[in-house]
Parts: sequence; structure tokens; C-alpha cells
Amino acid sequence: MSRTLDAQRRYLGLERRVKRENLKRVWYRFKRSRLSLIGLSLICLLILFVGLAEFIAPYPEHAGLYINFKDAYKPPSLEHLLGTDMYGRDVLSRVIFGFRYAFLLIGIVLSLVVPTGVVLGLIAGYYRGTIIETIIIRLSDIFISIPYLVLALAIASILEPNIYNAMLAVSLMWWPWYVKLTHSVTASLRNEPFILAAEAQGASTVHILFRELLPNQLGIILTKVTLDAGWVVLIGAAISFVGLGAQPPTPDLGTMVSEYSKYLPSYWWMSMGPALGIVLIILSFNLLGDGIRDVFAGD
Amino acid sequence: MTNQDSDLNTSQSRISARLSSLIDNYYIRKIAYSIVTLLGISVLIFVIARVLPGDPARLALGPRAPEDVVEQYRQMLHLHEPLYVQYFVWLTDVFHGRLGISLVTFRDVTTDIIEFLPATVELIVFALVIDVVGAFTLGVLSGRRPNSAVDNFVRVFAYAGIAIPSFVWAIILQLILASWLGLLPAYGRLSLGYEVKRITGLVTLDTLLQGNIPAFFDALSHLIIPSLALAIGTIAQEARILRANLIENVNKDYILNMYSHGLPGSVVFFKYALKPSMIPTVTIMTLDMASLIGNAFLVEFIFNWPGLSRYGITAMLRKDLNAIVGVVLVIGLAYTLASIVIDLLISNLDPRIKHKR
Repeated sequence: MSRTLDAQRRYLGLERRVKRENLKRVWYRFKRSRLSLIGLSLICLLILFVGLAEFIAPYPEHAGLYINFKDAYKPPSLEHLLGTDMYGRDVLSRVIFGFRYAFLLIGIVLSLVVPTGVVLGLIAGYYRGTIIETIIIRLSDIFISIPYLVLALAIASILEPNIYNAMLAVSLMWWPWYVKLTHSVTASLRNEPFILAAEAQGASTVHILFRELLPNQLGIILTKVTLDAGWVVLIGAAISFVGLGAQPPTPDLGTMVSEYSKYLPSYWWMSMGPALGIVLIILSFNLLGDGIRDVFAGD
Repeated sequence: MTNQDSDLNTSQSRISARLSSLIDNYYIRKIAYSIVTLLGISVLIFVIARVLPGDPARLALGPRAPEDVVEQYRQMLHLHEPLYVQYFVWLTDVFHGRLGISLVTFRDVTTDIIEFLPATVELIVFALVIDVVGAFTLGVLSGRRPNSAVDNFVRVFAYAGIAIPSFVWAIILQLILASWLGLLPAYGRLSLGYEVKRITGLVTLDTLLQGNIPAFFDALSHLIIPSLALAIGTIAQEARILRANLIENVNKDYILNMYSHGLPGSVVFFKYALKPSMIPTVTIMTLDMASLIGNAFLVEFIFNWPGLSRYGITAMLRKDLNAIVGVVLVIGLAYTLASIVIDLLISNLDPRIKHKR
């Protein structure tokens, strides 16, 4: 009796050690590339901005509606690093608050889109060659065959223009990409011996989908999620830019670029601030995503 | 068995053989699949137009239309009938080119689309040319000499291309090339003072057809910044993909075989290494074209380009439902057709695809 318990304990310890060892290996692979480390630190910095915007922004009261014409149209200086806008608001402070909206967009869109797409993709791939696969894949193809920005803009325009409907519009056009990805990986894993073994042992479909098929593609999905976070910001900014997303005075990055681009070329720094913010987010997620891809590429 | 029977049998089997070879035909399958997709797109757009909250007739006619007119319009759209009847009525109208009246221009949406489409086609085609030429030049240069100055430039440029959205490129290029340096015009399609009669609607082509050379160069100078803003983001990424595949293929055995047969290096490179390396890049171009068409909406908006996308944006901002539906439909159709063309191109580059089931 005690011997089996002992063996069990030893096995669990071993498992824990293997897990720790794997984590170390992941970190080792990740940090080999300096670019992915830069990406990771930039993301951490951005998250810090998102959480502590009130304390980090030099003029937190400038985020929303605030008017001080005395300081309007000031070019970048030590006092206002990115200059001030037509109402005398500090552009840097508004950009820092803008990160909050960008991350809100990322969070909501991805948490709607990833589970939906992945589950549908798993089902389509597992039931390869059946009508279920055909329906799911054809449906995704239809969504994909309209250029995504056009579809998102059209959906956003029919709903009321605000930030939540913009999120909904982005989500509605995004899920098919996850279906496509998980479907292709699942279909290739479908007849691997470990799946057949699980089926032979009478494992439930849910078990096979989520405990056998899903863990084997988490790396790919995680890479796509990271890279997509940047694209979500881009699409969201595009929707806001044309005026179908968040409305002023919301400090949304796309809305700000749009508002300030009316003052080009004389007051060019105004629109460059939020544009730089968008670029920073997309760049950091891409660097991080490349790093994550390298980690899983060896498997 | 009578003679007639066997005749019938053979003709039947011949028909079925013809039919199955037709189904096996890659192109036929591709086109049949696209037709299904197009019908799907029409259902999707119909759903967007009808099922979303609000009264479609009221939305289509605007808030100031009198109630009896709206009621009449409801009758016309068959809104009191079940959804599938409405869909077929709508689809029949679409096939007859009846897309309804635009709230913005007070004209038929079809007329509007015919008027505004050429400007967008011109912009997108020009952007695609810049994209393809740029991507292949940079890709070949960096793939032939990895880690050269060109290669490093492309590497940095690719990150800039990914991270900077095309509407930001548009603003930056407009600011630098038009406002600060004054090299190119910042807005519009043609300067004041040029008279160009509309033949095809493509200004560059029309000016050439009419022999109006100064107007042609003026139109060309208006095209450069917007199309560059559209293409610049994808050039370097496509070049990187081409580079990676070139480097991979150059080290394969069949290339060594070509060299050992004594073929000159440039022939081996361009004829044998480049062709298969192009396949992934051309595949990616389908996706990039989707982003290009989407981004045209923003770029036309910024440059005040009188095209379909700017018309679409105006319609979207004013909730002009008929126009939105028309624009999305035309763009979906155009994109599907373009994808077929690219698929055919890929199957030409990679004959193995045709035989895959």
C-alpha cells in the first residue's frame, strides 16, 4: 500500500519537475531573440499604462472634455511631450488613456472570438468529411470572402456608432479566421494514433476535442492570438477613424487621429501622437507574437 | 437489348463520364464553389440589411419621410411577408440592378456605383502594381544576397509595414510629400483646369485615349501618394516571404542538379528557383488584397478620392442602407472574382494543386 503511495508521490514530483523544466525551456527559447524580449517589455509597459493611467499621465484631467484655449496648439515641448490639441489638452495624457480603450477592445474582441472560432474549428476538424464540417467551413468562407474591414465598417454603420458596437462589428468578422486555423490543424491531427487510441478507449467527444486535440494546438492558437491583438487595435482604430466607433471626446486612439488630422498640416504633431500610440501597440504585439512563434516552432 | 437501348446506354455513360471529368476539373470546381460563396454573401448582406434592429423601410427612407411613403416602401420590399420571400424579392431586384435609391445622392444606387467604381478600380490597380513590382524586386534582391544592405533594409521596413496602419501612412506621406516637400498634390484626382471627357471612367486611361498628355501626368501625380499609402504596408512583408522561400529553394538538390548541368547562375535562379518560390507570396497576396480593398475606404476618405469607397463611407456615416448594401455587394463580388484570378494564377505556378482533391 505504502509502496504504491510512494510511487504515486514520486510520480507527481517528477511531473512537477518536468513542468518546471518545460517552463524553463520555453523561457530559454523565448529570450534567445532580443526582439521578443523588447516586445514583452513593451507590452508590460503598456499594461502598466492601462492600469495606472491616472497616475502616469501628466494631466489626467485632459483625457475627456476639458478646455483651456490658452494652451491650445502648442508644439511638443518638455512640458507637453507630444504637444497640445485645439482645446489645449495634453496629447500625451490622452494617448495614455487611449491605451485603455485599445486594451479593452483587445480583451473583449478576443474573448468573444477565440472561444467561438476555436470550438467551431475543433468540431469541423473532428467531423472531417461530414456535413457538419461543410456547413461550418462554408459559413466561415462566406464571412472571409468580403474584405474584413469593409464588413466591419458595414456592420458598425448599421448599428449605433459607439465603442461597444465597434467591438461587436470587429468580433463578427474575426471568428472565421480561428475556425480556419483550428480546423486545418485538427483535421491533420484527426487520424493520429493518439486520437484513435482515445476513441478506442471510449473517451467522450468532449474529452477528445478539449483534452486531446486542443492542447496539441495551443501554441499555434496562442501565437495567433498575440499577433491578432495588434490587428484588432488596427481595425478598431480604422473604424473609429472614419467616425463609426468611439465618439469624441472619448480618448480613443483612432478617434483622436481622425479628430486631429483635420488640423494637418499646420498642427501635425497632434495626429502623430495617437498614431504613434497605435503603432506602438501593433509593433509590441507583433514582436511578442514572433517570440511566441519561435518558442513553439521547435515542437 | 435492342440497338436503341445500347445507344442510349453509351450516350448516357458518355454524359456521365463527361460530367465526372467536369467535376474533376479544377477550374469548374473553383467556379462552382465561388457561386455558392457569392450566394452566401448575398444572404449575409441581406441579413445585415434586414434583421438588424430597426425598420428597414424607415432606415432606407430616412427619419423625415412621411409615414404613408414608408408604408408604400414596406409594401414594395414585401416586409409583411416571411423572410425567405423577402430574400427572393430582394435577390431578383439585385439581379435586375435595382438596388434602390440612395439617401445621400437621391439617385439610383446602381447609377452611383457605376459612376464611382472606376476611380476605386484605378486606385486599387495602381496600388497592386506598386505592391507586386516592389515586393518582387525587394524579395529577389534580398533573397539573392541575404544579409546585404537591401536585405537589412527590407527587414526593418517589414516591421514598419506591419506596425503602421495604412491610414497613418496616408497621413505621413501626405504630410511629407505633399505639404512639406510640395512634390505631389495632396487631395483629389485631377487638378482644376483639366477637362477630361469620361470614356472608361479611369482618368489615366481616358486622358491617354484623348491624347491629353499634361492631364495624364496630372492624374498620375494624384495617384501616387494614395496608392503608395495602400501598398507600402504589404510590400516588405511579401518581399520577406519571397526571400525566405528563395533561400530555402536555392539550397535544394534540384537546383544543384541544374548547376551541375552547367546552366548559368541567373537562368537557374530566375527560371528554376524563383518560380516555385513565388507560390506562397502570391497566396498571401489574396489576403493582402482584402486588406488593400478595406484600407481603400480609409485612404479615399483621407485623400478625398471620388471613388466607391468614399461613397461607401459617406453612406455608412449617414446610414444610407441601400447604398451600404450596394457597395458591400459590389466589393464582395469584385473580391471573389479577384480571388478566382489569383487561384488560377497559383494553379498555373504550381500545377500540383490542380490534381489535389
